[in-house]
Amino acid sequence: MSETSRRERGSMLSRFLRWAHLDPPLLAGILAILVFATLVLYSATGENLGAMRAHAGKVVVALGAMLVAARVDPVWMRRGAPWLYVAGLALLGLVLLTGDVAKGGQRWLDFGIRFQPSEIMKLAVPMTLASLLHDRPLPPSLPLVIGCLTIVMVPTGLIAVQPDLGTAVLIVLTGATAIFLAGLRWRYIIGAAALAMAAMPALWMVMHDYQRKRVLTLLDPDSDPLGAGYHIIQSKIAIGSGGFFGKGWLNGSQGQLEFLPERSTDFIFAVIGEEWGLMGVVTLIGLYLFVVGRGLYVALTAPDTFTRLLAGSLSITFFFYAFVNSAMVTGLLPVVGVPLPLVSAGGTSMVTLLAGFGILMSIQTHRRLGDAVRR
Amino acid sequence: MARAVRIKDHWAEQRLFLARTVAAAIFIAVLTAVVLTRLVQLQLVQYDYYSAQSQGNRIRLQPVPPTRGLILDRNGRVLAENQASFDLELTPEQVPDLDDTLSRLATLGLLGAEHLAEVRADIGRHRRFDAVAIRTRLSDEEVALFAVNRPYFEGVEIRPRLSRRYPYGPALAHALGYVGGISAADLQEIDAVAYAGTQTIGKVSVERAFEHALHGQAGREQVVVNARGRSLQTLERAGARPGEDVMLALDLDAQLAAWEALAGLRGAAVAIDPATGEVLVFVSTPAYDPNVISGGLSRKAFNALQEDIDKPLFNRALRGVYPPGSTIKPIVALAALKAGTMTPQQRVWCGGAYSLPGSSHRYRDWKPEGHGSVDMQGGIEQSCDVYFYSVARELGIQHMSDALKSFGLGTVTGLDMPGEKGGLVPSPAWKRTAIRNPANQVWFPGETLITGIGQGYLLVTPLQLAHAAAAIASRGQRFQPTMLHATRDPITGALHPVEPEPMPPVGVTDASQWDTIIGGMHAVMQGARGTARAVGAGAPFQMAGKSGTAQVFTVAQNQKYRAADVAERLRDHALFVAFAPLEQPRIAVAVVVENGESGSRVAAPIARKVMEAYLRTATGGA
Repeated sequence: MSETSRRERGSMLSRFLRWAHLDPPLLAGILAILVFATLVLYSATGENLGAMRAHAGKVVVALGAMLVAARVDPVWMRRGAPWLYVAGLALLGLVLLTGDVAKGGQRWLDFGIRFQPSEIMKLAVPMTLASLLHDRPLPPSLPLVIGCLTIVMVPTGLIAVQPDLGTAVLIVLTGATAIFLAGLRWRYIIGAAALAMAAMPALWMVMHDYQRKRVLTLLDPDSDPLGAGYHIIQSKIAIGSGGFFGKGWLNGSQGQLEFLPERSTDFIFAVIGEEWGLMGVVTLIGLYLFVVGRGLYVALTAPDTFTRLLAGSLSITFFFYAFVNSAMVTGLLPVVGVPLPLVSAGGTSMVTLLAGFGILMSIQTHRRLGDAVRR
Repeated sequence: MARAVRIKDHWAEQRLFLARTVAAAIFIAVLTAVVLTRLVQLQLVQYDYYSAQSQGNRIRLQPVPPTRGLILDRNGRVLAENQASFDLELTPEQVPDLDDTLSRLATLGLLGAEHLAEVRADIGRHRRFDAVAIRTRLSDEEVALFAVNRPYFEGVEIRPRLSRRYPYGPALAHALGYVGGISAADLQEIDAVAYAGTQTIGKVSVERAFEHALHGQAGREQVVVNARGRSLQTLERAGARPGEDVMLALDLDAQLAAWEALAGLRGAAVAIDPATGEVLVFVSTPAYDPNVISGGLSRKAFNALQEDIDKPLFNRALRGVYPPGSTIKPIVALAALKAGTMTPQQRVWCGGAYSLPGSSHRYRDWKPEGHGSVDMQGGIEQSCDVYFYSVARELGIQHMSDALKSFGLGTVTGLDMPGEKGGLVPSPAWKRTAIRNPANQVWFPGETLITGIGQGYLLVTPLQLAHAAAAIASRGQRFQPTMLHATRDPITGALHPVEPEPMPPVGVTDASQWDTIIGGMHAVMQGARGTARAVGAGAPFQMAGKSGTAQVFTVAQNQKYRAADVAERLRDHALFVAFAPLEQPRIAVAVVVENGESGSRVAAPIARKVMEAYLRTATGGA
């Protein structure tokens, strides 16, 4: 009796997962990160239930986006990608003309709900590249590479002038990943790296003052301990003083006494380091790697070029998000406004990330169905 | 074409993708290793260094709260100031043995033994590294006692603080308000950066209304603190910008005169300068001691204040609504002159009661034997109800309602103080929407009559009455009442005065109409049959006034009203409006005494004292 009912329930769950086109390992990894994030946020917001409610609302919307994306057949994604890209470009143009000013940059559009159009590009750029490369022979020819670079650089330029350096860097990384996975020849890669080195001084010239300051403070934070270097110094103290076991949940003096700025958003990694210690951050990194690994598995077993490239670049980009934030908080990279994926409060990145995972799940779960019907 | 067309080789592409994925995975592994190495370096290798940074000697940024601005009267006398006081603070993390520390503090007499449980609970509510105030406002002796014993109390410190002091206590309580702890609701409205380190915020009245100016902007200082969290040295200091001083229009002498005159009564007195709208006196009784409330009341003591039957926390001047009674008769008379339904000379016979045609209901005069034949000035002078029943009936409710509203009655005046009540001037249109029962939605002729003597649905605040009296005194000119006279820069001492804010004036068809009603009001105080002639006698200046007595409940027909039989709280309210000097009015005042029974006997003397106090200092000083 109880034996059959348990089997019944089990089969109901798996039937739901199949109906919703969800991938159980990926879903488990994401949920584990979200649960951990909830504990961390409760502490990092100073036990602010209002902020927790807002965060919960965002998670619910993001999970909804994931459910929707998972049910869309990859074939439709391939066909819709250019349109999404064009719509994204139009919205970015609109931001430059009318956008709200938040924290010194124009990034937001207000259609009743506020969102950053640059988030759309995080998905639209890899989708468009993958759909462009889908029918072409690989490795890509030089004209094709130039076409791909154009697709990446136009939105990057629009986002960089907002100015939102962090997101611009992430979009470039996303595009570069897709082109790299498509088999870009090593000689181009090495050439591009050399060119980038040479372009550094030029980049330095066009940077805003505050951006230059961030790079300088990375090199020597103690030059301005109460100004630009303050974030990095306090963040390193928070992480370092956490030690192996951490100071305990809700007991991090750096975070709780507000020495640590942006503790619930960009610098939440330092709160984890302080309160949960090396154990906590290693656990989180482990979860991230599990999610990335599952994504790469989906890519490797994907049936065609579009899905392979898309799954691969989404997974690797997710890793970059986590890497850029943790490297910035530990003082390895300059301070750019990149949140810790799935953990930081605020912003619209949560929705984009989970929509991306929905795409991965769609690729994983539409496979046999698609093969049978089309090929 | 020179080159062969390349076609897709799916098998080769798949291998290429695998190779690239492996390369990416290696790259990921390398980056992860870099981050992990960094974490190991920070959290294991340099743990001791960063731990010391976090807990031990370090540079700490701490907020410097600004000094709250002073509140002054119009002559620069201090009404609210800041006083240094000392709190005893305990940081649980730094106390080796909490129970032992608390009991030894009790032995020294610094903590009451009966408070120990309360203090312990309070400490339990805070985080271990937060300093908790376990005693506030230590006396000098207590400070000295603790200073001697300080080495034995690790983790306990004396903290100097500025607390608010109101030298005149309850006399200005409802005008100034008080400050208190910043509540969750307050936090929604303020800029957290400006309030870093600030403990208190203005709660009501002037302290609330001018919170922004009074508060100022927090500064920051960079201090070196030791492992115990004690400040060792200040390195750098970005000073706080102190709050501005707020100079009120209040005249302290007149305010205190009003407070003393109202002692032991429930009521309010408001006085306004007719030429500017400045509020010269703002008293509501009974009141509370703002010094005690600002120091932090226990919940029990606060509840006791809230539940007191005399409602000491209730700002009657601003929020109390009363039927104005006969105080509005001059306005009704003016409306009749403007509408042409009555001339100043036209006489009405008063036999002690008035009946509408075809009705047996007798609307009684306050004087049972009647006033005989009265003209308009006589009607005002003797406050003849029958005369005004007749005026009201000729005039009609709509004209009357419009006239009362044109003097600002029944709506908020816009005083710069939060929470003002509006009151009510009724009209047939209002009644149709406000009354639930359709049978009572029509406007009855009898309601017009009682509105004419300030009864019925009419409700006004003492502030509105003073404003209306000021409008009569200035012959129709109106200014928005204002508590604020000027703000003063605390550093340069520069004054920024407030300009009078005109409101729509009250127009007349002939300037002599003002002479008629002001003449009537003058006769109230100085005429042979004036209702307040006893109060007007012997004054050093000429005054105009009007008494009012508002029914709290209705006397049944044919029943004589005997005050002695009625419970004290059911007695009539006593009201009085007045202004002086007659020729060039400089002060208009309204007094309301709840259950005071007689406007002319109880409220009028208070109004005279206020005017005398103001005109004495104002002529001497300015």
